[in-house]
This record gives sequence, structure tokens and C-alpha cells, in this order.
Amino acid sequence: MAVNVKLPTILRKHAGGAARVTAQGSTLREVLEDLERSYPGITKNVLTEDGGLHRFINVYLNDEDVRYLGSLETPVAEGDTVSILPAVAGG
Amino acid sequence: MLRIPDDLYREMVEHGLREFPNEACGLLAGRDGVPVRFFAMRNLDASPVSYRLDPKEQLRVFDLMDEEGWDLLGIFHTHTHSEAYPSETDLRLAFYPDAYYLVMSLSDRERPELRAFRIVDGEVTEEELEIG
Repeated sequence: MAVNVKLPTILRKHAGGAARVTAQGSTLREVLEDLERSYPGITKNVLTEDGGLHRFINVYLNDEDVRYLGSLETPVAEGDTVSILPAVAGG
Repeated sequence: MLRIPDDLYREMVEHGLREFPNEACGLLAGRDGVPVRFFAMRNLDASPVSYRLDPKEQLRVFDLMDEEGWDLLGIFHTHTHSEAYPSETDLRLAFYPDAYYLVMSLSDRERPELRAFRIVDGEVTEEELEIG
């Protein structure tokens, strides 16, 4: 299944500057794994060391926050759009 | 150099004072480096020592900026008891290297102080800022 992935500026350097790329997978986790294979290092700050979703990274599937869907196990369909959006936060 | 028009600057000050003693946060939209609109955002942390945008509200405003052809020009927040300089937490959570980080100190509420920075790979650079 091919999905569109919208990248935030901070991750574009891993993808040769592209704002949108495509990746394969049937779940969000598989999509991110495919992304990492194509662009090594791109998910380093998206996933935690134990393979969870980083607390300060928001991921949307067609504008729905995946934390309210199935997090990384959320199924994706052909043509879906995954948006990766870092939190705006600080102290 | 960043020039923030008076009216948008006043909106920032008002938002900051309204949220005091909690930190206030917001987004500055621009076109070709010129500010066009300030979005006062909700601080999900509702805290005097931290801020975090509501991800849903953030996505809505980002989408709106896309539709209008605006860029994320600045990320605004207040420090209610310390100077207008990025904190350690600000550096750790600076995920937007293209944006100005606008930090407003309200430690003296009669005299708000706003300063602008770039934060890239944890490195802070102060940028020239003009109001008016």
C-alpha cells in the first residue's frame, strides 16, 4: 500500500529536501519502517528507543491524531496521507 | 531582521498578560518574512513554567496557513518570571529551525520585553527585532 507522507522542515534534510514522499506499508509502523529504509535516520527523532511514538511528535492520518486511532498499529490504506508534525512546546 | 507591526505586538502582550501567571503561547504567520497574523494559542500545560500547543489547534492553524499561503514565521511564548531568553527546555524542544523563537519576559508586567532567536540543533542565535 502506498501512502503519502508529509514531512516537517526539520526532517526534510534526510529526504533530500522533499516536503512530501511516499512510503509503503499496511500499518503506520510499517510505513515508518519503510521510510527509515529509504531515508536512514529520518525516524530517529520520531520513534523512541523502545519503538514507541515520541511524546513530542504528533502524527496524523488524514488529519486524525493517530494517538486516538491505534497509534503505530493504525492501519493505513492506499492513498492515505500521513503528516508528521513536531509539537510546539517549551518552558 | 524581523519587524513586527504594532498591532500584532500588542496582541502578543495582551495574550501574555491575559494568561499570566501561566505561560502564554502563539504562532506568528508571515508571507515572505513579513508578519501577517498572530494566533493566540491555548497552552495545554496551563503552567507558569512550560507550554505546549494543543496538537489539534496546532494542526488547524498550520492547515489554515497552508491554505492562505502563509509560512510559520514565529513561535511565541512568555516567560513569566525569567528573562526573555530560551530556556534549556526551549532548546530541547525546538523542532522548528526555520521559525523565529519569540520569547517575551513578563517578569516586569509594566515593561514586557520581547526578543527573537533562531534555534538550530540546540544552538541559539539572537536576531534583530523591531517593533512598529
